[in-house]
Amino acid sequence: MDRAEVLAEVRAVAVEILDVAPEAVSPGARFREDLDASSLDMIELVMALEDRLGRRFPQDELASITTVGQAVDLILELNSMFDER
Amino acid sequence: MVTGIGVKTPAGSDLGTFWSTVLAGRSVIGPITRFDPSGLPVRFAGEVRDFDPVTYLGQKESRHTDRTTQLGFAAAADAVTDAAPVISDPSRCAVVAGTGMGGIASVHAQSLTFVERGPDRLSPYAITMIMPNATAALIALRLGWTGPNLCLATACTSAANAIGEGVRLIQEGSADVVLAGGTEAAVNPVGIAAFARMGALSTRHDDPARASRPFDDMRDGFVLAEGAAFVVLEPSDRAADRGARPYGEIRGYGRNSDAFDIAAPSAGGVGAISCMRLALRDADVDPSAISHINAHGTATRLNDQIEAEAINKVFGADSPPVTSTKGVTGHLIGAAGAIQVVVSLLALRHGVVPPTANFEQPDPNILIDVVGQHPRPSGPGPVLTNTFGFGGHNACLVLARAERPHVEAPGRPAETVAAGPRET
Repeated sequence: MDRAEVLAEVRAVAVEILDVAPEAVSPGARFREDLDASSLDMIELVMALEDRLGRRFPQDELASITTVGQAVDLILELNSMFDER
Repeated sequence: MVTGIGVKTPAGSDLGTFWSTVLAGRSVIGPITRFDPSGLPVRFAGEVRDFDPVTYLGQKESRHTDRTTQLGFAAAADAVTDAAPVISDPSRCAVVAGTGMGGIASVHAQSLTFVERGPDRLSPYAITMIMPNATAALIALRLGWTGPNLCLATACTSAANAIGEGVRLIQEGSADVVLAGGTEAAVNPVGIAAFARMGALSTRHDDPARASRPFDDMRDGFVLAEGAAFVVLEPSDRAADRGARPYGEIRGYGRNSDAFDIAAPSAGGVGAISCMRLALRDADVDPSAISHINAHGTATRLNDQIEAEAINKVFGADSPPVTSTKGVTGHLIGAAGAIQVVVSLLALRHGVVPPTANFEQPDPNILIDVVGQHPRPSGPGPVLTNTFGFGGHNACLVLARAERPHVEAPGRPAETVAAGPRET
C-alpha cells in the first residue's frame, strides 16, 4: 500500500467512527482538536483500523499519534517492517 | 408541580398520540420486530417503533449509547422542550433517572463480541453504554445541568422512586428544576429469556394484542415493553411566577421495602398496604378522597391478586375505581412508574379514569372496581399510583390537580409563557 492508499483507509475509518466529512480528514488534521475525537474515540478508531487492515498495532506507538499524517506514517512504517519479515 | 412531560413509548412517542392510545384502551403489544425472536420462549413485546435516536443524539453519540439511554434522553429532552422556557441557575437543575436493567442489550452485544472476537475487540464505550447511570449522566451533560444527578435502580419501581425523590430534592431546597422519570430497553434476547425463566411473562402467542390483561381472570403474566417517560418538576410558586402551565402536582410520596422475597410480593401485601398509607399521609389526603387508582397491575397472577387485596385493606370493600395502563403498553419495568404518573396527570386534567385494556372477564377473587375497556368519568379528587418492583421496592404517589390553576398574569410578556407542544 502506498501513502495515498493508506490515507484513504484512515480517512474512511475516521469518517465512519468520528462522523466527520471526508475532506476534513487531511494529513495535517489533528484528531482531538480538529476532528473532535475523545480518548475513547481514538481507541475505537484504532480498533476499526486494525480490523480494516487485518493487523494489530502496538499500543505504546499509537499513544503518540496526534495527526492524521502521523497515523499514516505509522501504518506505512509498520507495513514495511511487516514486509521485511 | 409538573410543568413538562416527554414520552417515548410503544403507545406513542409524542404526548398526543400516547394519550389517545391510552384513552382508547388500544393494546400496542405485537410480535417482536427489532430482532429475530425465534427460539425464544416469548416472541412478542411492546416495542417503540417510531423512534430514531439520531434525531436527538446524532450518529456518533447514538453508536456510543445503549437504547435505554437513547429513549431516556429523548423523553427527557421532550419534557424540557414542553416545559420551556425553563431558565434557572444550572447548579439548581437536577436529574433523577430510573432504570431497572440499565444497558442490558449492550451487555448482550459486548458479551457476544467477547466470545466471538476476543476481549480486545470490546468497544471502549462498553462501560459507558452498560452503566445504569448513563442516562442521568447524558441528560446532565447535554443540558449542562450541574445540580444533583442521580440514578435509581429499583427494578419496576425505579421511575416512581425517581419522581418521588425528585420531589424531595425540591422540598429540601436542593434544586429548583428536576427532570425525573425512567427508561428501559430490556426487549432483547437476554431480557426476554431471563424474564421468561422467572415465569413472569405471558405466553399468549396466538393473540399478543390480548396478552397483557391486568386483573382479568385469564391473565397469564406480564408483557415486556420498552420506553421512557420524564417529567419536569418545579416548586409551585416558581412555576406560577414564570407563567408555566402546570399539568398537576405530586402531592404525596411513600416508599418502603417488603423485606420479604427477591421476586414475590409480601404475604398479604403488607408492604404495599403500608406504602399506600405512607403516600396518603404524606399528601394529607383521606383514602375516601382518592378519585381513582392507577395500579401497578402487571397482569401476573400473583401481583394483581395481592395488589387488589392490599387496595381493599386500605380503602375497604368499596374501593375507588382502579385502572392499569399496562393493558395498553405492557410493562415498561424501570419506566413504568413514570408512565403511570403521566397517564394519571392527563386523567386528572381530562376528568377521566383511563381504561384497562383487555379487562374482559373479572377474576372472582379480585374484589376491586376495575375500570374495563372504556374510560369512565372521574371526580376531581387526587389519583394514587402504585408501583412495586422485584426486590420488594414499593413506591406510591398521590397526584392532584394544580392547586393554583394558572391565570395569565396581567402585563406578563407572552414569550415568558411556556409554549411547548401539549396533548390534544
